Amino acid sequence: MAGDNERIASPGLGSRLSRRVLLAGTVGAAGALAFADRAGTQELQPAVPDDPTKVPGPPPAPVGVRSPFEHPARLTPAPVPAFTPLDQLYGTITPSDLHYVIARGGIPAIDPARYQLLIHGMVDRPTSFSLEDLKRFPSVSRIMFLECAGNTRGAWKGAKPESTVQELEGWTSTSEWTGVPVASLLNEVGVNSGASWALAEGSDAGALSRSIPVEKLLSDGLIAYGQNGEALRPEQGYPARLLLPGWIGNTNVKWLRRLKLGDQPFMTRYETALYTFPEADGKAVQFAFVLEAKSTITRPSGGMTIPEPGFWEVSGIAWSGRGRITRVEVSADGGQTWSEAALQEPVLSISHTRFRFPWVWDGSEAVLQSRATDETGYVQPTRSQLVAARGTDFGEMFNGIIGWHVAMDGKVTYVES
Amino acid sequence: MWSRRIGDASAIRQSTSMVLLVLVAVLLGAGLSLRLVSPAGAHQAAGASVAPGVVSSGDRFGFGQPASAAQIAAENIDVRPDGTGLPPGSGIAAGGQAIYSVRCAGCHGATGREGGSGPILVDATPFQPGVTPSTVGNYWPYATTVYDYINRAMPADTPGSLQPDEVYALVAYLLNANEIIAGDTLMNSKTLPQVHMPNVNGFIPDPRPDVP
Repeated sequence: MAGDNERIASPGLGSRLSRRVLLAGTVGAAGALAFADRAGTQELQPAVPDDPTKVPGPPPAPVGVRSPFEHPARLTPAPVPAFTPLDQLYGTITPSDLHYVIARGGIPAIDPARYQLLIHGMVDRPTSFSLEDLKRFPSVSRIMFLECAGNTRGAWKGAKPESTVQELEGWTSTSEWTGVPVASLLNEVGVNSGASWALAEGSDAGALSRSIPVEKLLSDGLIAYGQNGEALRPEQGYPARLLLPGWIGNTNVKWLRRLKLGDQPFMTRYETALYTFPEADGKAVQFAFVLEAKSTITRPSGGMTIPEPGFWEVSGIAWSGRGRITRVEVSADGGQTWSEAALQEPVLSISHTRFRFPWVWDGSEAVLQSRATDETGYVQPTRSQLVAARGTDFGEMFNGIIGWHVAMDGKVTYVES
Repeated sequence: MWSRRIGDASAIRQSTSMVLLVLVAVLLGAGLSLRLVSPAGAHQAAGASVAPGVVSSGDRFGFGQPASAAQIAAENIDVRPDGTGLPPGSGIAAGGQAIYSVRCAGCHGATGREGGSGPILVDATPFQPGVTPSTVGNYWPYATTVYDYINRAMPADTPGSLQPDEVYALVAYLLNANEIIAGDTLMNSKTLPQVHMPNVNGFIPDPRPDVP
């Protein structure tokens, strides 16, 4: 584990599973029509008329709900994390209630009327902004992904064959975010010359804090109060959070209460003991922020069963913290041969990008892999390349190719690339 | 008009040039009445060619309130490696051990070497990835961070409940247990920043991209 022996429970690594998760896994292993359905349908069959064209339905409710036949759900091994069910999603936008969450101090309850964002330190005018103040500034919207630095960490070591894509890669989600550029607020308070770092601090229990280069805040930092068209969800930082496009999730401080400008990093626990990544010689990489290009096949994926040979669309997501995805290739033979996948337009910078590949399964053993390239020309590496460069104890920041092994009985399991 | 034009801007909103988008949005706000604060009158000096209501780049809006001394004092809790931010107070390891037993042992183990629902805190063996646990003693580069983190985040069920003397004493206990300071060394705002942590040079900048 990178930088600290503290662990966040992760079912892919054999931590305790909730009973609900175990049940879901059991059902998935037993059943399976069209692949997936590992979440199963444990509830009673919802009552529906034999012929819906002959019976008027109910009027719409003020707040809509999902079809009673649909049960997408996050994995929530206690107490800290929640994993997005990537295998149960289409397109690129993550429903807000399925967004991944890591909340070390729990989810704070904050009254928006009492919310204040303090900006102070090396500034001309230390200022306190109310939520209404933030909303009064010129606003921007931006579709972008978030990803925890620890996403896919099981692929360094420890991931089991029965790992699902949700367990292994579910710490990433994409939303449309709306807010005010940090640059606008810094212009308002007047940054002193020589101010190079800012402490971003949340108002969660423990006041999580990270040092952020001022240059990043000025270039594309955003203080968001909107997510997918509505106010932020509490677990996503309500009423306002920091967003740093392309940078590891932990730096995107939720429930943001304070920015303090300074001339050096503040060296909080989250940039010294945690989120530092040991290489094989014991030296740990510090202040590694950007998430490199990555992709994963979400269907078919671990835990699913392909019921019969024939045409099955292979689909997944690709993303890069450095910009746009320009290419995704898919292999069905463990990386010996590659074919170009189709990218769903619009392809947005620093956003999940949906790719699809038409695949005819002939019923023989196969290993499905995907490989992304971004606009900088960076090509998603294999696990072997990453291990050669960093060893196996880097702990986090795994962006390598992973494999889904398809057995002759159609069962899909995780394999290293 | 306003909402329609913002929609038209979608093609560029993903551009890395957010500044441009801000400018576009601001220019479209020509009909809005804004309480602008122009730096040094530069806006007006631009002359009559500026249409009424148009915002110039660099203008301030004047939103927000001057931060009160009370708010800053209440939230300004961070402690830097040079000791900036450390409050008055002091403590030694023996006092810290007593507090540790009551407030910390439940999660980190009887002495801090055991761990539990919280990480192992004590192990002076030099850090080896995958071999030794990373601890306050063999991994944390600055003693000040130990103060900062305990003060803001510990104990996990009642964060922020410890007084400065208690935090200094706990830091002294952990540093002594990790064989970094002597048992009778007083920790305060002067001595704590001078503690040399064994792994202070154990960190390197981001080498990525490091894979072809």
